Amino acid sequence: MDADPDLVVQTEHLGRRFGKLEAVRDVSFSVRRGEIFGILGPNGAGKSTTIRMLCGLLVPTSGRGTVAGFDIAREPELVKTRIGYMTQRFSLYEDLTVQENLHFYAGLYGLSGRRRRDRVGTVLERNGLTGRAAQLSGTLSGGWKQRVALACAMLHEPPLVFLDEPTAGVDPVSRRTFWDEIHRLASDGTTVIVTTHYMDEAERCHRLAFVFRGALLDLGTPAEILQRRGLRVAETVAESRAMLEVLRADPRVEEVAPFGARLRVTTRAAHDPAAVIREAQARSGAPHADVTEVRADLEDAFVSMVRDDARTA
Amino acid sequence: MTRLLAIAWKELIQLRRDRPTLAMMVMLPIMQLLLFGWAIDTDVRHIPTTVLDFDRTAASRELAHSLEATGSCDVIGAVHDPAELSRALRSGAARVGLVIPARYAEHLAHGHPVTVQLVVDGSDPQSVSSATTAAGGLIAQRALALVMGTAALREPPLSLEATTWYNPDLRSAVNIVPGLVGIILTMTMVMLTAMAIARERERGTLEQLVVSPIKRWELILGKILPFVVIGYVQMTLILTVGRLAFDVPVVGSLALLYALAFGFIAANLAIGLFFSTIARTQQQAMQMTFFFILPNMLLSGFMFPRDGMPRPAQRLSEILPLTHFLRIIRGIALRGAGFDDLRGELGKLAVILCVLVVLSSLRFRKNLS
Repeated sequence: MDADPDLVVQTEHLGRRFGKLEAVRDVSFSVRRGEIFGILGPNGAGKSTTIRMLCGLLVPTSGRGTVAGFDIAREPELVKTRIGYMTQRFSLYEDLTVQENLHFYAGLYGLSGRRRRDRVGTVLERNGLTGRAAQLSGTLSGGWKQRVALACAMLHEPPLVFLDEPTAGVDPVSRRTFWDEIHRLASDGTTVIVTTHYMDEAERCHRLAFVFRGALLDLGTPAEILQRRGLRVAETVAESRAMLEVLRADPRVEEVAPFGARLRVTTRAAHDPAAVIREAQARSGAPHADVTEVRADLEDAFVSMVRDDARTA
Repeated sequence: MTRLLAIAWKELIQLRRDRPTLAMMVMLPIMQLLLFGWAIDTDVRHIPTTVLDFDRTAASRELAHSLEATGSCDVIGAVHDPAELSRALRSGAARVGLVIPARYAEHLAHGHPVTVQLVVDGSDPQSVSSATTAAGGLIAQRALALVMGTAALREPPLSLEATTWYNPDLRSAVNIVPGLVGIILTMTMVMLTAMAIARERERGTLEQLVVSPIKRWELILGKILPFVVIGYVQMTLILTVGRLAFDVPVVGSLALLYALAFGFIAANLAIGLFFSTIARTQQQAMQMTFFFILPNMLLSGFMFPRDGMPRPAQRLSEILPLTHFLRIIRGIALRGAGFDDLRGELGKLAVILCVLVVLSSLRFRKNLS
């Protein structure tokens, strides 16, 4: 493996078995400093297993990887000192105040005395938590808890931070604020690896890894991934059952999905989805309704990738 | 060290905020002490007794009075035939029946042998045994007086002078207060440790700890150190209240007692740690603690003397840390035993402690990853 100091994470053919179950297989990617790297995939796809290996919690059964310059299999304890980690449930101690939580996590990462006080003060201020320092964490709202959790993970100024579904159960405004903070961290040179279910969040990542059934389906910037899938999408307002049947039977159609009153039809780039819809309207005798082509998004790409994978499996 | 202290400090804050648990840790020893100290008296007295007197003479009435005078039996009434006696016992109105045969006084006067019958309700062996002992003593004394009267001796040819050391009044509290130190320490130490780790697991904070650079021993020590302090506080509380309320002194060296208690506290913390690796929730941790406490209460010699137990039960009780600690604390507190007197018990406790520490740290390591 090259010792490129700018590559904060590097994995080669990383894999992990649990008995007969192959939870992760042959995962190779690298993450540059200051990058926001998203890992996408349904539940049980191997996202958490991958992250746990990168954090030094789980030893890989095949392949290898380095995180912040340390080997994840041989030097997991050194890896742990160089990373921040925020779990899905924002593991704060609810019976401790915000400040006490920060002091505790600072101590956990070996900060003591003056340096601990300074870092806690800085982090409180930076995250707008000064006014809530004395509040019990259990009484904070989801968005605030999440901020405190992120602050805890950043106390020891790690070059790399893992965020495992950090916005699960948080309101949209707080999610926005949180992602602004993630971008600020990244522009300061912190590398962020984040798992998420939300496609709008995926679009805010610099690069993405699509994980499904333990394997890496695609890797690249959101634009690259969309381009590689080569999908076109059109929408119409008509909702006729007969037309839906016709569209589902059409081999050119990748996916048909109703969204409220709209019907969203995805095709490969070679076909015009608008034309496909009009044909279907004519064939099923459905009334003519407006058809507009819209931009394909990551969710379309993701669904189509998973379908492809299921077909070949 | 910074990391260890961070854990211990956090644990103390959580404990301070958890008022119900804190109250329980102070109230539990005091409540138990008062209950066991006042309510429980293994020396059973005033057993309800009925008399079936076929003789109805001054001598037979005097015998019944003498039995009552021993303090063990209270004569609550008289019955007139065997059927009535068995009803009285069956209903529980009386637990003991004294049956005096016809012509009792007459036979005694003529020097003929007489047998007085004592019927006891064996469904509660402990209480009736004191009645049997009291009645047996009384009759033996009478018989001796009769024999001596005929032989015209002034003093009995053989007599026993029993001297009771360490607890001359045979008060139960003297036995129970030091024992309670052991029971309370076992209960709280095991439960607190098991629950403290199960709680982290339940709330998802354990994962956050595991991804931090904290070492396992730092995590374990940091978590249990505050409990050691609590253990000593409880021990001091029980000994102080025991002294003030029940006049149970510590005869031997207090310093030695506190020093040796450390091994016992550590053994219980190791058991709690072991339970925490099995329990997924706090509730399970609690149930395991109660499951563990029962054999401790019954087998350790806290409630029932171990001398009376069958061999297998005795051997089983040897693996309980409490069994050895009870011998140590009763030795020091009541008999003024020194280090040399307790060497054997200490050795066994040390072996148990080592085994427990190895077992629980092995399991704890496997369980985290």
